[in-house]
Amino acid sequence: MVIDTLKCVGCSDCVVACQTENDVPIGYCRDWITETVSGSYPNLELELKSERCNHCDNAPCVRCCPTGASHIVDGGIVMVTANECIGCGACIESCPYDARYQHPDGWVDKCTFCHHRLEKGQLPACVSVCPTKCMYFGDLDNPNSEVSQLLKNRKYKTLAPEAGTDPHVFYLT
Amino acid sequence: MTTSRRKFIKISALGLGGVAATTSAINVFGANSYLDDLANKKVSKEFKRTATYCEVCFWKCAAWTYTNEEGEIKKIIGNDNDPHCYGRLCPRGTGGVGMYNDEDRLKTPLIRTTVNGEETFRKASWEEALDLIASKFKGVIDTHGAESLALIKHGAPGAHLEHLFKAFGSDTIAEPAYAQCRGPRETGFAATFGSWVGSPEPTDIRDTKCLVLIGSHIGENMHNSQVQEMSDAIDNGATIITVDPRLSTAASKSKHWLAIKPATDIALMLSWMNVIIEEGLYDKDYVKKYSLGFDELKEHVQQFTPEWAYGITTIKPEEIRKTARVMAHAAPSVIIHPGRHVTWYGDDTQRARAMAILNGLLGSWGRRGGFYFKEKKSVPKFPHPKYHHPKWGWKEIGEKYPLAQMGITSEVLRAAIPNESNKYPVKALMVAGTNITKSIPDRKLLEEALDALDFVVVIDTMPMDVTGYADVVLPECTYLERYDGIRSATNREPSIAVRVPAVPPKYDSKPVWWMAKQIGERLGVGEYFNYDDFKEVIEWQLKEMGTSLEEMEKIGVKNYPRKSGPMYINENETYEFPTMSGKVEFYSQELKDLGFDPMPKYTVHPEPPQGFYRLNYGRAPMHTFSRTANNPNLNDLKDENNLWVNPKVARILDLKSGQEVWLRNQDDVTSTFSIKVRVTERVRWDSVYMYHGFGHDNVKLSRAFGKGINDTQLVSKIAVDPIMGGTGMRGNFVTILTENPHKNTEI
Repeated sequence: MVIDTLKCVGCSDCVVACQTENDVPIGYCRDWITETVSGSYPNLELELKSERCNHCDNAPCVRCCPTGASHIVDGGIVMVTANECIGCGACIESCPYDARYQHPDGWVDKCTFCHHRLEKGQLPACVSVCPTKCMYFGDLDNPNSEVSQLLKNRKYKTLAPEAGTDPHVFYLT
Repeated sequence: MTTSRRKFIKISALGLGGVAATTSAINVFGANSYLDDLANKKVSKEFKRTATYCEVCFWKCAAWTYTNEEGEIKKIIGNDNDPHCYGRLCPRGTGGVGMYNDEDRLKTPLIRTTVNGEETFRKASWEEALDLIASKFKGVIDTHGAESLALIKHGAPGAHLEHLFKAFGSDTIAEPAYAQCRGPRETGFAATFGSWVGSPEPTDIRDTKCLVLIGSHIGENMHNSQVQEMSDAIDNGATIITVDPRLSTAASKSKHWLAIKPATDIALMLSWMNVIIEEGLYDKDYVKKYSLGFDELKEHVQQFTPEWAYGITTIKPEEIRKTARVMAHAAPSVIIHPGRHVTWYGDDTQRARAMAILNGLLGSWGRRGGFYFKEKKSVPKFPHPKYHHPKWGWKEIGEKYPLAQMGITSEVLRAAIPNESNKYPVKALMVAGTNITKSIPDRKLLEEALDALDFVVVIDTMPMDVTGYADVVLPECTYLERYDGIRSATNREPSIAVRVPAVPPKYDSKPVWWMAKQIGERLGVGEYFNYDDFKEVIEWQLKEMGTSLEEMEKIGVKNYPRKSGPMYINENETYEFPTMSGKVEFYSQELKDLGFDPMPKYTVHPEPPQGFYRLNYGRAPMHTFSRTANNPNLNDLKDENNLWVNPKVARILDLKSGQEVWLRNQDDVTSTFSIKVRVTERVRWDSVYMYHGFGHDNVKLSRAFGKGINDTQLVSKIAVDPIMGGTGMRGNFVTILTENPHKNTEI
């Protein structure tokens, strides 16, 4: 997933679309908005961006899961199998992005890149709803995909690179 | 009424006690079995989709309501073919689900009553509530005439009630969308180009090379297609220039952010005109061919140099020159955006005029990347007898303001206060779809008017603040539960959209078309409502338009080809502007004849005294006015507003982020509730900022009650626009209280 911070207005549409698409209980979220202000008035920079699970290649949550509920499926998406999850919370502690939460029903929940929609050839709910079209989703292994092209042609960053997680959400800056 | 009238009733337990609370909000969707489903069955749930258009704000995006097999509304997704949303709803539209699910909704009709000396509401049947309204209305009609019945409305329910009021002979109708919002720009642009800006604004943002926003915060206002087009413009490399004392979201996306001193925008625009004319940067052909009064304008702005403006606006002369050149370089693909909520300082029509004149100088009206000529599909009127001719109405009530083109809500309220010289006495009021305690400033006027009125009816889906002042409350069902009028709006190409119920009305709520018909029949004007179900009206209209409800239910939106001609001025022809002169009027004889400045001037506005800060307010992207504050989905995104304070101010006053404070304004009005401080560089040191629409008084709003401050409460000083009656609201100053001023009083 690639997110263009130059276009994001931080409206939280991705958050509410995710909640209604994935039955995320009110009071919880799988994605969220962050705002960073730097400088002093009137020489200021403001960055707004939508954050979520980074679906890391080197995912600490998967490594620390005692039951195997957290796992990586084909295509690189990190998933949680609810009925294998014992809710121990080790994954929540291990995630440098704070992307997981304990569902009121006990298991741990997080972004799935809307796996159920991808199966039907649809984009994740957040990507398809975003009014600024600042989110892009696609195959990073395909050099001609829109996401690969964006990363080739634009400046970008990842979050918490020092954690060595090899994240799969990229921010155009 | 004999009691001290209209004591605010916090929709009491007496009225709503019978309704069992649903399970906790957390479990509103029940146990989550989706992942199990996915793991076990590898299939997704089956949904049914129903066509609608959104009513969470006024943009009216067409959408699909998805219901599951159990008939629960699960999600709402934009209609791909709709030019208002292009398949992408904003957070409010996506969160529209919460409007339906909100367990605090009004559930039954309520009637004001007195129990043990306490005013309260009791539950009533529809029959009883409607009979009471009809008998009270009849009383007013018999004694004072139908004109004395006033309607203040907003949105889709307003259209049905407007029909009712006109049917029984009242044109005493107004909406806050005019004098509290976009009125000045409509008057200002009409005086220049001869036509309203209208909604959605015909700004060709997707093709523009330069977008100039003056206090307009696209991206925080989620005017959907405009937000999308601004994003496209960023992709296309357009230059954005934002004039705002606050680093708005749009300002942060701008190549040039002009951090202007508040209330000095006209000075900046006059100096832009000065540069554009002095440096010969204006569109000479366009100005020669289409404008009137260029020489007068040239002479007028000669004195308004960037150096002059610097002293007023604090924007450096080189920055003023540079941005003027950027605009001119992009012209005619440049948009000086008219804005939307523009009732600021009382000279708002003149500020809108300055914007319009700049657009005229740069030749952007009627040009690609500037303003396009919009077109609308007309919807045939369902047959009904002719309306009566009222002896007076909104026009007469607002006659002091010669260029008011719609009813002025504050004047309608003033007409309710007994006064011997008042020729237009308003005796009863119906309020629908607008929470006037937060949409109309000057609480004193509002309370005096509500106190004086013989009878007040409020129609809403939620128990809002205004509901507490009603004699009768009628619960409206949400847009997801009803048929409604056909949406036909102005766009590049005309399009229509339909609203079809996805589910039956929850609780004992009803659609407003039904209420209007019921009241109409009781008042003896049943012949204006010649249908049993509003569905029949749309069926007839759609058939007349060459389609059918059956087809529209499948497609939701229908786009029609343009018939009015090209979207832009044809360069080989001479276009006639719909003004008196047929030209773009830089110099307005009309304004001159009415005793106003024919060309805009800069007026000095008061500045905050020592220890006070200008109160600025604006939109949160996930909320609409005050109506969504309790929506469970949207409240979850933002449940209170914060007071934005510059770090310098925070240091002087020793304020920390998260600290609870109260506000008191220049007239000693103290906020009922507190607000948490947010220390941020994004605001100037001379002003504070908050999102509008919070600080709800109604305790029945379980999530929104008492959360944050209601900015409108602190707007007690109104700068009225003498041209069209707009209520300027940005001239109020507040001081920050760190001690609870209500410590010893009960709220």
